[in-house]
Amino acid sequence: MTGSLPPALIFFAGALLVALAPGRLRPAMTLLVPLFGGWNLWYVAESGGGFEVALFDMRLELLRADKLALLFGILFHLATFLACLYAFHLRDRTQQVSSLLYAGGALGAVFAGDLITLFVSWEIMAVASVFLIWARRTPRASAAGMRYLMVQICSGLLLLAGALLHISETGSPAFGPMGIGSLAGILIFTAFGIKCAFPLVHSWLTDAYPEATPTGMVFLSAFTTKVAVYGLARGFAGTEVLIYIGTAMAMFPIFFAVIENDLRRVLAFSLINQVGFMVVGIGIGSELALNGAVSHAFNDVLFKGLLLMSMGAVLHQTGKINGSELGGLYKTMPITTGLCIVGAASISAFPLFSGFVSKSMVMAAAVEEGHWYIWLLLLFASAGVFHHAGIKIPFFAFFAHDSGIRTREPPLNMLLAMGIAAALCILIGVFPSLLYGFLPWQVHYVPYTADHVLSQLQLLFFSALAFAWLNLAGLYPPELPSVNLDADWLYRRLGMGTVRRTERAWKKAEQSVLHFIAHAAGTLHRAAAQHYGPESVLARTWSTGFSALWVVILLGICLILYYL
Amino acid sequence: MSQKAWIEKRKNVVLMVRIFLAVSIVLLLLDLVIHRHALFTWEGWFGFYGFYGFVACVALVLAAKVLRKLIMRREDYYDG
Repeated sequence: MTGSLPPALIFFAGALLVALAPGRLRPAMTLLVPLFGGWNLWYVAESGGGFEVALFDMRLELLRADKLALLFGILFHLATFLACLYAFHLRDRTQQVSSLLYAGGALGAVFAGDLITLFVSWEIMAVASVFLIWARRTPRASAAGMRYLMVQICSGLLLLAGALLHISETGSPAFGPMGIGSLAGILIFTAFGIKCAFPLVHSWLTDAYPEATPTGMVFLSAFTTKVAVYGLARGFAGTEVLIYIGTAMAMFPIFFAVIENDLRRVLAFSLINQVGFMVVGIGIGSELALNGAVSHAFNDVLFKGLLLMSMGAVLHQTGKINGSELGGLYKTMPITTGLCIVGAASISAFPLFSGFVSKSMVMAAAVEEGHWYIWLLLLFASAGVFHHAGIKIPFFAFFAHDSGIRTREPPLNMLLAMGIAAALCILIGVFPSLLYGFLPWQVHYVPYTADHVLSQLQLLFFSALAFAWLNLAGLYPPELPSVNLDADWLYRRLGMGTVRRTERAWKKAEQSVLHFIAHAAGTLHRAAAQHYGPESVLARTWSTGFSALWVVILLGICLILYYL
Repeated sequence: MSQKAWIEKRKNVVLMVRIFLAVSIVLLLLDLVIHRHALFTWEGWFGFYGFYGFVACVALVLAAKVLRKLIMRREDYYDG
């Protein structure tokens, strides 16, 4: 044992203390937890981890601190700090405690050296995070939260099944590269895939995240999908199928995002799109691609967090988040507008902003490995990201037509959190070596070459030109209050419909059986009453002479029978 | 209602788009000056990125409009 603690334990202890603390102290305590955690992380990095406990005859490694785990560890501490600062004004104990537990679960998962610890952390994340959705305290949020929880638990069960199978096959609980060659590998891969929002199992994310509280969605966007990305990078680097899955993830959400009205749901779609780039990088599996994938995960937490914080600020201040109801907010929220634009420029990979220095690594790796059509599709997706996240979000919230809403800037703590996130986005964009130094493999990639900058600027400017032209020509689809069908239709409508129809058919069958039974019982009852009831033949009273006559007849019959 | 802000007047919007267009064309012309280490043949074509970005976005929006016809439902679709 060394002088450093597993970060998850610090967060869990912090959550417990916050739960017991009086309301006035709680916000400050939530900020101290990631700060103290960061101090501990310094020692973790120096000592190289190593914190083992024994469970039966297995040794569980709670603190594997290699460069990959440490990168995510730093990221999650940073994300927790920013999100806690953003949520500093909250007086809601449920959210404060569950967000720390959630972050602790995420840290437990990335530092887990074995599958059992990974599974336990995985489940803590699932259960703690759902409270950030339920804390919205609306009927929609509670229904969406329940759907979310069921999907997360399914993922956890698959992970457990895969882990047990893997342990029985190999005899070791260690979590390392495994591939999809065995059933155990496939089960674990699927578990990660669900949390990573692979196509067709993605709709838990776009369904539930936008129903969370303004602050809750900032936490949610930072952890679950990134832990899954970490898991894939650790266990399934170089699995070719991930290239195609990732490309599909980068492509399909952009179409949904263009026509989605809820601006936080637009960002949920763009979250899947960005994770798609990471998944492609993991699928390619070269050092450049993996560096690209994990550095993009790092940047995505910051710029997606920033965009979600700005939209959360809009929701917090106006109570509205639909594009069709917003517009013209730049007049009363100029600082938020500016910070949102920094996030938009970063996610669009503008030169000098963070997305530029990480996404291009994945693109360059795709080229290096000769995946030219994947590269073309990713380039399409890049233009699409700029279109829906880079332009649509700031445009419809802060500009477009004036909705007449007059509000104020959000509380200082929200502005401060957004400001720090924006500063980091620019800092990483301008000095990429700051981030490259933390990456798991040596970086030889140089993002700022004249032709790369020019290519990217051309792509973005002409995409923006297309937006301007479509908008001025009236071809751009207007923001409409609506619901768009997605894969969740399968269980929310088809599944529910089937269940309801089955229920109705069952009730009908039940009723007819009951009816039949009642009818049969009635008939039986009547027949019995006829023969045995008070008015029936057998219940009649007989006179003594009549009985004596019957006895004589019976004796006569006996005599005749005897005689025969 | 107060006067329209500078940015809301159509005249100024058109002006901004024109400036934007001018910058885009300059970027396009820079293709002639800056040599690109093209990894695929078409990547080296003049104006490939600009053309691709423009076409991609128009295709994206038009496809999304078709998609909307297929999947858009009333806001209370799932509430009933």
